[in-house]
Amino acid sequence: MKLLIPIKRVIDANIKVRVKADKSGVELTNVKMAMNPFCEIAVEQAVRMKESGAASEIIVVSAGIAQAQETLRTGLAMGADRGILIQHDGPLEPLAIAKLLKAVVEREDPGLVIMGKQAIDGDNNQTGQMLAALLGWSQGTFVSRMEVADGTLKVTREVDGGLEIISLTLPSVVTVDLRLNEPRYASLPNIMKAKRKPIETLSPADLGVDVTPRVETLQVVAPPPRQAGVIVASVAELVDKLRNEAKVI
Amino acid sequence: MAVLVIVEHDNAELKPATLNCVTAAGQIAAETGAGIDLLVAGKGCAPVADQAAKIPGVDKVLLAEGPEYEHRIAENLAPLIVKLAENYSHVLAPATTSGKNVMPRAAALLDVQQVSDISAVEAADTFVRPIYAGNALATVRSSDPIKLITVRTTTFDAVPGEGGAAVIETVEGTGDSGHASYLGADLTESERPELTSARVVISGGRGMQDGKNFAMLERIADKLGAAVGASRAAVDAGFVPNDYQVGQTGKVVAPDLYIAVGISGAIQHLAGMKDSKVIVAINKDEEAPIFQVADYGLVADLFKAVPELEEALS
Repeated sequence: MKLLIPIKRVIDANIKVRVKADKSGVELTNVKMAMNPFCEIAVEQAVRMKESGAASEIIVVSAGIAQAQETLRTGLAMGADRGILIQHDGPLEPLAIAKLLKAVVEREDPGLVIMGKQAIDGDNNQTGQMLAALLGWSQGTFVSRMEVADGTLKVTREVDGGLEIISLTLPSVVTVDLRLNEPRYASLPNIMKAKRKPIETLSPADLGVDVTPRVETLQVVAPPPRQAGVIVASVAELVDKLRNEAKVI
Repeated sequence: MAVLVIVEHDNAELKPATLNCVTAAGQIAAETGAGIDLLVAGKGCAPVADQAAKIPGVDKVLLAEGPEYEHRIAENLAPLIVKLAENYSHVLAPATTSGKNVMPRAAALLDVQQVSDISAVEAADTFVRPIYAGNALATVRSSDPIKLITVRTTTFDAVPGEGGAAVIETVEGTGDSGHASYLGADLTESERPELTSARVVISGGRGMQDGKNFAMLERIADKLGAAVGASRAAVDAGFVPNDYQVGQTGKVVAPDLYIAVGISGAIQHLAGMKDSKVIVAINKDEEAPIFQVADYGLVADLFKAVPELEEALS
């Protein structure tokens, strides 16, 4: 089975983001970028499926500026076979990305799409569900276990009350949660090898998709800071403050 | 045109997240001058429709019953939302795992760019939403003719659950997509309040060292009527199940009192609790970032401080 793994380039998860002074967005200049952590989990899942013989080929795809190539190279170094960059300089919303991915799915005909449940920049948590809708496919979201057997896909989903297990028809779109696996670090030989793996570059126009945004960002600001608190000396003082000062117990 | 709210429930009871979502719907309806309808889709869920009809400010409760809606399967529920949406200016659902699962599917079928996880209503088309795990707040304006929205329930107060008298209207379902079948669930049973609606939350982190030690927090929770939560580190370490997780990728909570025990305060965790009214941190590392957001910090060994706290509350 061929696997398609959409991945996104975002600010490194360990960097503290800063809002631009003109309130137009978050500062991205000279900021360390990396693959979205949930996307790493999706790539890892795909590589394990290929290692176990359950998958034949892994394609990583990313939509964004030219530098998203670096993210694709990371995916290739982890074990993907080839990459597709849908190059576009302007903003790309989840619906537009889902339309681009649908066009890629129609070209590549994968048996399964595995992707992160959300990107840690926009925190939208939409693209996988939208892609499944546009394709008319089943969707398994927030997945912490997955198993393909007898032409169906069994997934364990992390839901508010605990875990839920559902069976899905194939092909399907799976969005992965944190506890599916621990992504590997790419080894140096694999990083070198990844440089020779092919990356195809396409444009939204090549795929016949209109990516005009529907939602306009009017401003981006930092959240109001919390007032500095106090350090108490003992449990007795803490309980006293909670009872008599904060009045919350 | 009115605002439609998708009711969150388990076929027997309406979940409190719905009440917060109705507040957001009310703020939008106040801008447009229209009313609020609710959709209850499920199996044998007439009791939920009765509860929904008592919510003040609601005109109509749409009740769609069928086996295909029993487990809130997105592939079945999204076409129903799509069918109903043409009569509404806005469709809202709480940003629970259920709302997050189904709403984008419905949005894509309607060719609408959903607005996720709104924390404030500025106008009928303009909303505030946290991005970058709450480290920035974006004000966004949607140009889509129908707005599909998920609501961060902790930033909207709940409406009362009693006092209204809406009419209940039965609507035809849209059938089973055949895409998904429900096999089972492993849900955490607890007598304590739900994390997202509890007035007090006590959470443990990696510093708890072992799942067994969470019993210490549970005893305090029972004294305070609190829910028990955990950091991602504690969940990843296998101390407690995934649904305990408070943080950007887990649950977002904003109780009156949040007690963080043995939690260092990773950005990910802070994003899920920093809107709490009063934050207490107990940690032996005085440099832990959690102290930067805590109203009351106690630098102490939790294995000494927590039993002392239990005693002080007795």
